[in-house]
Amino acid sequence: MENKGLTKVDLIFEKIDSKEVMVKAFGMSSAEIIQSILDSGLKGRGGAGFPTGLKWKYTAAEKNPDKYIVCNADEGEPGTFKDREILDRVSNKVHGGMAIAGKAIGAKKGIVYLRGEYRYLLPKLMIELDSFHKMIKEIGFDFSVEYRMGSGAYICGEESALFESIEGKRGEPRNKPPYPTSVGVFDKPTSINNVETLVTAMMIIQHGAKNFIQYGTKDSRGSKVFSISGDTPTPGIFELELGMSVQQFVNEFGDGDTKAVQVGGASGFCVPRKKFAETIIGFEGVPTGGSMKLFNSSRSMYNVLHNYLDFFTEESCGQCTPCRVGCQQLLKGVEKVKKGEAKSTYLNELVKLADSMKIAAKCGLGQSVGNAFKSIVGNFKEEIIY
Amino acid sequence: MINLFINEQKVSVTEGTTVLAAAKKLKINIPTLCNHDDLCVAGNCRVCLVEQKGARTLIASCATPASDGMEIHTNTLKVRNARKHIVELLLSEHRSDCTKCYKNQNCELQSLANDYAFGDHVFLDLVEGRNYNIDRSSPSFIKDDSKCIRCQRCVRTCSELQYISAIAVANKGAHQKISSFHDRPMSQVVCTNCGQCVNRCPTGALVEKTYIDQVWDAIYDPDKHVVVQTAPAVRVALGEDLGYDPGERVTGKMVNALRQLGFNSVLDTDFSADLTIMEEGTELLVRLKKAMVDGNKDISLPMFTSCSPGWIKFVEHKYPEFLPNLSTCKSPQQMFGALAKTFYARKRNIDPSKIVSVSIMPCTAKKFEADRPEMRSSGFKDVDFVLTTRELAVMIKQAGIDFRNIEEANYDSIMGASTGAAVIFGATGGVMEAALRTAYEIVTGREVPFGNLNITPVRGMDGVKEATIKLEGCTDAWKFLEGAELKVAIAHGLVNANKIMKMIREGKAPYHFVEIMACPGGCIGGGGQPIPTNLEIRKKRMKAIYSEDEHKVLRKSHENPDVIAIYKEFLDQPNSHKSHELLHTHYVERDNY
Repeated sequence: MENKGLTKVDLIFEKIDSKEVMVKAFGMSSAEIIQSILDSGLKGRGGAGFPTGLKWKYTAAEKNPDKYIVCNADEGEPGTFKDREILDRVSNKVHGGMAIAGKAIGAKKGIVYLRGEYRYLLPKLMIELDSFHKMIKEIGFDFSVEYRMGSGAYICGEESALFESIEGKRGEPRNKPPYPTSVGVFDKPTSINNVETLVTAMMIIQHGAKNFIQYGTKDSRGSKVFSISGDTPTPGIFELELGMSVQQFVNEFGDGDTKAVQVGGASGFCVPRKKFAETIIGFEGVPTGGSMKLFNSSRSMYNVLHNYLDFFTEESCGQCTPCRVGCQQLLKGVEKVKKGEAKSTYLNELVKLADSMKIAAKCGLGQSVGNAFKSIVGNFKEEIIY
Repeated sequence: MINLFINEQKVSVTEGTTVLAAAKKLKINIPTLCNHDDLCVAGNCRVCLVEQKGARTLIASCATPASDGMEIHTNTLKVRNARKHIVELLLSEHRSDCTKCYKNQNCELQSLANDYAFGDHVFLDLVEGRNYNIDRSSPSFIKDDSKCIRCQRCVRTCSELQYISAIAVANKGAHQKISSFHDRPMSQVVCTNCGQCVNRCPTGALVEKTYIDQVWDAIYDPDKHVVVQTAPAVRVALGEDLGYDPGERVTGKMVNALRQLGFNSVLDTDFSADLTIMEEGTELLVRLKKAMVDGNKDISLPMFTSCSPGWIKFVEHKYPEFLPNLSTCKSPQQMFGALAKTFYARKRNIDPSKIVSVSIMPCTAKKFEADRPEMRSSGFKDVDFVLTTRELAVMIKQAGIDFRNIEEANYDSIMGASTGAAVIFGATGGVMEAALRTAYEIVTGREVPFGNLNITPVRGMDGVKEATIKLEGCTDAWKFLEGAELKVAIAHGLVNANKIMKMIREGKAPYHFVEIMACPGGCIGGGGQPIPTNLEIRKKRMKAIYSEDEHKVLRKSHENPDVIAIYKEFLDQPNSHKSHELLHTHYVERDNY
């Protein structure tokens, strides 16, 4: 595995003339834009890491002329707050990225689905959106963006639940296939991308794919914005090159007593101290949508796990059996073990359940509950039992 | 064609076929739970998971379309372990008091448990300590959330088939549940009591409210004279709960069984169905005359049938401005009830207060209808207890009757005679056909111009049907209708009713007479009929209904001798003062939530 070390980067928040980048993009053909995103190796920054170029390519190939580009700004993963910062500081790049994506896939309409708790950003965003619309009119490109508000459900960050929510329905994930690229919001071909992905795409157009792939590793190209929280003297937003080890990360951000790092939020993985050195942050190791939570030795990993399970038990949409009931069983199960009402070997049964949930749940939420559960139970068993 | 492999066997299917359907073609059974032939795909229970080569996760076979080159395995260790987990998880949030449950041995979760989750269960009981709601507020059904497994079949039924959405999903995560508007009791929301959800609930979370014990008490009460009436659709479906295949007519055996159960008189709703035709047909002709000859602008047309209590409540909730368009005729059940405690009591010289009137219905809404305050025109509750087809089957089993081997018997007299026109009330289009057979003959003096009286344009399973009948050669009394084209329409399932109502509201439907039944297929697909139901089963029941009609000697309502007699002896003539007192009713506006 490559290890790039820890390097701070300034790409996302870099001041640019977004009109200039857009003019450049609109001068390219759809295929050229897509090729350059493909060449960059950009993977989705929301956490799942689907290659952005492929997503655009599939959506562009759809025959229906009525297409959408949707910006997923429902930043709900516990410990993630980088999209808020991006929207607050460089929303012109979010809108610009959407327009470029629109050019690439052939969409004239963009929708930003904004997390309910970020409503306070709206007045500022509306001002930015106005100047974006004016600018795009000047350039002579037919594209407009509208904002839709979420209402605080974690599940609505899941792409198809997000579409349902936009359509005014209960936010529940859909069956796949069909995938959003062919049947998305309002049943139209849709490319749905994370806030940061769109900004990164715009920066790739500005600097070129060749420059972008200088950063990061083969599996994890470029840099990424991290939301750093927990037991750290320097919480906040940091843009870092991908490919560092957890150890290097902890050396920079830890408080000297870090015993574990939760990478990727509640749906991510818990890396214990003994694996810091061997674990790379990125798609070759532990992927993350940005959430990095550090825990020092004063923290009970039982409490950490309990907190996550409690979260999932609340935030499951409740539609499918493995997730709705499985989360409750995991939560109540660890409680029983902790209280001594169930044998410690009951944890083995719960691990098997977590494995089933990973392959049986309908969407990414239920499928990823097992990540945190297994990595915490696997690495901190004694803290769960005693 | 798409070629795929399931368990190493090649199968070719058309595009859009699900993996589940493709497996069925190979005679490979995959268990399902949330899936239902009548409803859209949900894919939420996950019981039907299978392994697809190359896929990261298992896939729901009910929700995944087959694709070329797919390699599926339905019975791997991975699949079996996951499935066992899923069934056990479902059981952990389901109150498994099976031996007490009305659905015992007719429960899809129970049979899955039997196949996949016998022996010790790993998971904790999540039912205990939860404040589950058991809603007994409706006279028609009970909603017990502690048995609900959130498959959402009921939710899909209520919105897709019935266009009501009285129930929907509320809350998320562990708190997710199937709920009504603001969690109100089911008796206080837009629910029509049609019972289609009851028909499709895989567990005991939705069941009809049973009155079996009350009926047994009445039967064994020496002071009571218990009269029973049986609806047309019961006789073509009852057999399904007693070991017959769908589509078997068991009329004669049913009559014998009812007698053996101890009912004092076994009579037929078909009699009052014929009576309904006389009353409703006359009402239609009178409305047409008032509108066409007298130029009365206050006459509401089209006129709607009023036999289906689910449909009535639908109009009361959703289209109250059309209440004057509903025929004022009571349903056959309620006409029968009103006459049982008046005409029948007098004829048999029985004190009406001693009569207990029971009806066997394919319907749960009939339980609500019998409870309506309007339905007491005999001076008593006209129909005391309504049992579904399913409840009758339970009573027959309880009494130890060897249904398959008993003799056939005939209905008792006075209100027991019927015609083929009445029998077909049980299928969508049947009331229309029966009405046309009689009304056409009244107006023209001739039989309807259709071969063997079979008015085929109004038959069949199309959601909305239309027909036009030209009235020619009218008799002197009806000369004003000469040359007129009578436009009629038929809908079944409230989603189709809504289509017609929308057109009428927008002024796009020039109908004179519209028949609507709340349930898919009409009463044969009623909410009180044997479970399971699907289009194939309903078609078989429908075929049986029309075959019953064909086998009748009398096939026109106005030829029913008991009907002729009751007008002569008691009611005078259709729409007479006495008829209005006993056989007609009115409706109320209700809230639309």
